[in-house]
Amino acid sequence: MYNFDFVKPSSIKEAVEALGTEEAQALGGGQTLIPTMKQRLAMPAKLVSLSGIAEMKGVGKNAAGELVVGGATPHATVEREAGDYPALAELARHIGDPAVRNRGTIGGSLANNDPSACYPAAVLGSGATVVTSNREIAADDFFEGMFTNALEDGEIITEVRFPIPQAANYQKFEQPASRFALVGVFVAKLKDGVRVAVTGASEEGVFRWGEAEKALSSDFSPSAVEGLSVSADGMIADLHGSAAYRAHLVGVLTKRAVAAAG
Amino acid sequence: MPKDHGIGASSKRREDERFLTGVGNYTDDINLRGQAYVHFLRSDVAHGKINKVDTSAAEAMPGVVRIFTGADFDGVGGLPCGWQVTDKHGQPMQEPAHPVLAQGKVRHVGDPIAAVVAETAAKARDAAEAIEYDIDELPAVIDMKKAVQPDAPKVHDDLESNLCYDWGFVEENKPAVDEAFEKAAHVTTLELVNNRLIANPMEPRVAVGDYARATDESTLYTTSQNPHVIRLLMGAFVLGIPEHKLRVVAPDVGGGFGTKIFHYAEEAFCTFAARALARPVKWTASRSEAFMSDAHGRDHVTKIELALDADNNFTALRTDTYANMGAYLSTFAPSVPTWLHGTLMAGNYKTPLIYVNVKAVFTNTVPVDAYRGAGRPEATFQLERVIDKAAIELGVDPIELRRKNFITEFPYETPVAVAYDTGDYHATMDKLEEIADLSGFEARRKESAARGRLRGLGVNTYIEACGIAPSNLVGQLGARAGLYESATVRVNATGSISVMTGSHSHGQGHETAFPQVVADMLGIDESMIDIVHGDTARVPMGMGTYGSRSLAVGGSAMVRATEKVINKAKKIAAHLMEASEADIELKDGQFTVAGTDKSVAWGDVTLAAYVPHNYPLEDIEPGLEETAFYDPSNFTYPSGAYACEVEVDPETGKVTIERFAAADDFGNIINPMIVDGQVHGGIGQGIGQALLEGCAYDENGQLITGSYMDYAMPRADDVPFYQVDHSCQTPCTHNPLGVKGCGEAGAIGSPPAVVNAVVNALRSGGHDLTHIDMPLSPSRVWQAMNA
Amino acid sequence: MPEVTMTVNGKPASGEVEGRTLLVQFLREDLNLTGTHVGCDTSQCGACVVHVDGQAVKACTMLAAEADGAEVTTIEGMAAPDGTLDRVQEAFKEHHGLQCGFCTPGMVMSAAALLRDTPKPTEAEVREYLEGNICRCTGYHNIVKAIMAASGQEVSALAAE
Repeated sequence: MYNFDFVKPSSIKEAVEALGTEEAQALGGGQTLIPTMKQRLAMPAKLVSLSGIAEMKGVGKNAAGELVVGGATPHATVEREAGDYPALAELARHIGDPAVRNRGTIGGSLANNDPSACYPAAVLGSGATVVTSNREIAADDFFEGMFTNALEDGEIITEVRFPIPQAANYQKFEQPASRFALVGVFVAKLKDGVRVAVTGASEEGVFRWGEAEKALSSDFSPSAVEGLSVSADGMIADLHGSAAYRAHLVGVLTKRAVAAAG
Repeated sequence: MPKDHGIGASSKRREDERFLTGVGNYTDDINLRGQAYVHFLRSDVAHGKINKVDTSAAEAMPGVVRIFTGADFDGVGGLPCGWQVTDKHGQPMQEPAHPVLAQGKVRHVGDPIAAVVAETAAKARDAAEAIEYDIDELPAVIDMKKAVQPDAPKVHDDLESNLCYDWGFVEENKPAVDEAFEKAAHVTTLELVNNRLIANPMEPRVAVGDYARATDESTLYTTSQNPHVIRLLMGAFVLGIPEHKLRVVAPDVGGGFGTKIFHYAEEAFCTFAARALARPVKWTASRSEAFMSDAHGRDHVTKIELALDADNNFTALRTDTYANMGAYLSTFAPSVPTWLHGTLMAGNYKTPLIYVNVKAVFTNTVPVDAYRGAGRPEATFQLERVIDKAAIELGVDPIELRRKNFITEFPYETPVAVAYDTGDYHATMDKLEEIADLSGFEARRKESAARGRLRGLGVNTYIEACGIAPSNLVGQLGARAGLYESATVRVNATGSISVMTGSHSHGQGHETAFPQVVADMLGIDESMIDIVHGDTARVPMGMGTYGSRSLAVGGSAMVRATEKVINKAKKIAAHLMEASEADIELKDGQFTVAGTDKSVAWGDVTLAAYVPHNYPLEDIEPGLEETAFYDPSNFTYPSGAYACEVEVDPETGKVTIERFAAADDFGNIINPMIVDGQVHGGIGQGIGQALLEGCAYDENGQLITGSYMDYAMPRADDVPFYQVDHSCQTPCTHNPLGVKGCGEAGAIGSPPAVVNAVVNALRSGGHDLTHIDMPLSPSRVWQAMNA
Repeated sequence: MPEVTMTVNGKPASGEVEGRTLLVQFLREDLNLTGTHVGCDTSQCGACVVHVDGQAVKACTMLAAEADGAEVTTIEGMAAPDGTLDRVQEAFKEHHGLQCGFCTPGMVMSAAALLRDTPKPTEAEVREYLEGNICRCTGYHNIVKAIMAASGQEVSALAAE
């Protein structure tokens, strides 16, 4: 790693101030950022740790009945405490490994927006709201493609608000080496329709599969998506799977997610 | 009743205490006063001409001690190759130079261009980024078959071509083999790839060089399986340091699996730089660096043909293999696809005519050398796959086809130059059928089908040549070293014992198992015996640990040395009891005179040896310490039968291993617990090769699988519990312990079982295919199903 | 350089670190606690697992500065002061759950965290929990067996000998 200054503010306000300087970067759990810095692929002059900000940690419910997850909440906490939204807790339980889950945070995951990460599927699939240090961003507006999103420099994800669906499930098919999602599909049956979000598959990052959403909104059963397929165009192709394979898995996993959501 | 001590007992490992409490002493735990750190600037292109390496700006960076380039190694030897193969025309292989730091050209991604020595590792790396270099990228050769085309770019400009050698074995048999194919009732042909692997011991390589000006002695601490071999190669061929001025220490080593046999540039560099700078120099590989600098394994492309007569007897076997050497010849690379591969092509079968052709090829990739099994997994895989394919084509049971062709008479001379001393292949297959519950397979298949899964069964046998090996034989085959082993048994005055062995333990549990043997021979407690290994200053000589040779060769040397100790001790005991030496017996740590009640204890005799007040000084010297060198007369031939059951998810192609059973014949067993563990680990790696692991380069020679993000290591949830059995024992006839070796068996025997099982599963689902190349990743299996 | 202070294996420890100093470097290089190992640089192998405030973390993927004020337990702190091995260590020894020993510290620390949260895990739970700990020697057979045994469960019937 290149060297950097390290600061650990205890409030969102202090953190925003600290991030106001040149080449400052927020540090969530560091489970992606630190390995990236070890490879010297990132060289911030200052790292602003968000791990000491109590107001950004924890899982709760708000008056609207949404599940609220603080931006600096580790995956392990969501796994344990998001019992009101079992599909989300289950998703958190399969991110990385136990030690990674004790450090990695939802805010860090969303800010990085790795095309193979799990959380973006839940956020987009649930129609969640990403709350930052200065605004609220609807999930549909947040994700802007591989490793890019609507966050501006110095903007911190303080919490994420998930509407709790009537039924939901996440199916993750792991890339054998990294254990990231080769393809992951999050299906949520909400009161105003079904959302299907796909991670791992597309060169554009997480996306919604509209055709399946439409079919499932009128008939929430595995047979409703039988025969539907996404195009392989624009799907990721690498050592671990062709574009056609990924497109195929989207169909398989969607069906399985619907079956498991019940 | 299982034994609770000595040979045959599952003694708990004494090594464990230090490893479990965090006080092991691995090379990276060694820090010497005043040490500097080295960072290697490595090529990021696969092939290129070096125009300029300008270190001046980097030299001025904070904390830089000195920067070395290839020019600093003019007049220094290159890394030697320890084995010369002669081609089918009787010509020696093409052997390129291998400089410590690149000179003139870089030949693979990871080839070291310069080495920065600095006060801290971070500063060394900072400065390495400031080195200005100009490299003209040249077209890379990655694919072996393209590399041997006449117009292919040459990895080494001074060689005639990229062909290291074209080896025929046995060349004189070729016409007879070809004729047998013309007469065959059936010929089965299979083309396959034995996937390139990266050994990945969990401890990355580390080297610490030190130099004592007062005595002109160099010391290298290194993560090696064979410190004496490193001393020999580095001292004699690279740096020109005589043995008495060079000490090599390999302390606790975190796994080797072959890749820590070889002498590497980083070892020579740290030793050289410590001398040049008169201060210790340390290098610790990152995992990413390990991927591009540790020798890789396997990487064969093979066409195998099996000829059968009308009664399904194997009549001939013919193979054509391309074997990747990488950009340079690693220490034992040429021997792997030849003598460790061709000689095993008979397998467990009485095929009378065999011809093996191997073309070894240079490419712009990391050097390839021995990895657990080394040549024998490649032989086993192709043979056991072609037999399964033949069974499919002929519509016969694959186990019955194997049994029909088993060798049953021993000793057996194969048509590929080796003689199996003992074995009982029907017995291990019988045992396998029992422990794997093969008769219950069809019921399990139905149960899987009910859950929408395709279940398959794969069975195979294997044989390997271990205990490598007779020096006079390997010398004829091109080895440039002897392959004996030495042991010194030092008995102290109090009766405690230090055994200095040239074998090296890096997970195999020698510190526990070796004392079991000596304790048994002397009738004393195991706790009185310690094993000393891994230090050329403490152990007289050694050839190290690889090829499942430690117990068969190193253990035999220890037995011989212990026998010498017993002989001398009996002379002392005879003197003490005023009896004839011929009447002295040693049992349970007591020397007795046959037919009398006279006795002296082990400790009385050892004390007398060092306090020789009452001692036969006119006949023997004081002291009780003996050394033996053991050079066996043959390889050993462990064998076994393996079975794997898989489930395939027909929608995703994902394969899960449901059951795995191994019935091995290792001859006699010293510590069954350790033997089980060795087999488990080998199976884990074999399943890794079959399902998960595969090193991949793109067409420009960039390493695609450069970290654990893309190179899939087996994890705990990729594998099941294994059923292992080694109750079938046909002891080796030519070593004193009757042991055969068990370290590589699992890795050799398991890949074909897995692939056979997956093919069987897919065929049961109506997919008319006979082969899929490893690793059988979900995407490959899905692709095969949808081809 | 900033100063960090933490409690390591029950004893106070402090030192000056750079911003980029990893917890594992602080433990190995400053405190000479070399039992915690580094086996990769992508946070996957788990040879570096330690407990920070009671939770298993990868010490190669946490800045030393982030552990300021924390309670850290490493493999050196697992046995009792009189040298008595804890139940996980003891089970690894009894069931030959280690060979070269390099992954072992991380395995033991992960296993201890698992058993604290899940006192009687199933075989599948053990295997899944070890996703972030790679062993190259044992094929995991005896590691899983040892952890099951450490949880007080009968293992002879589980794992074919």
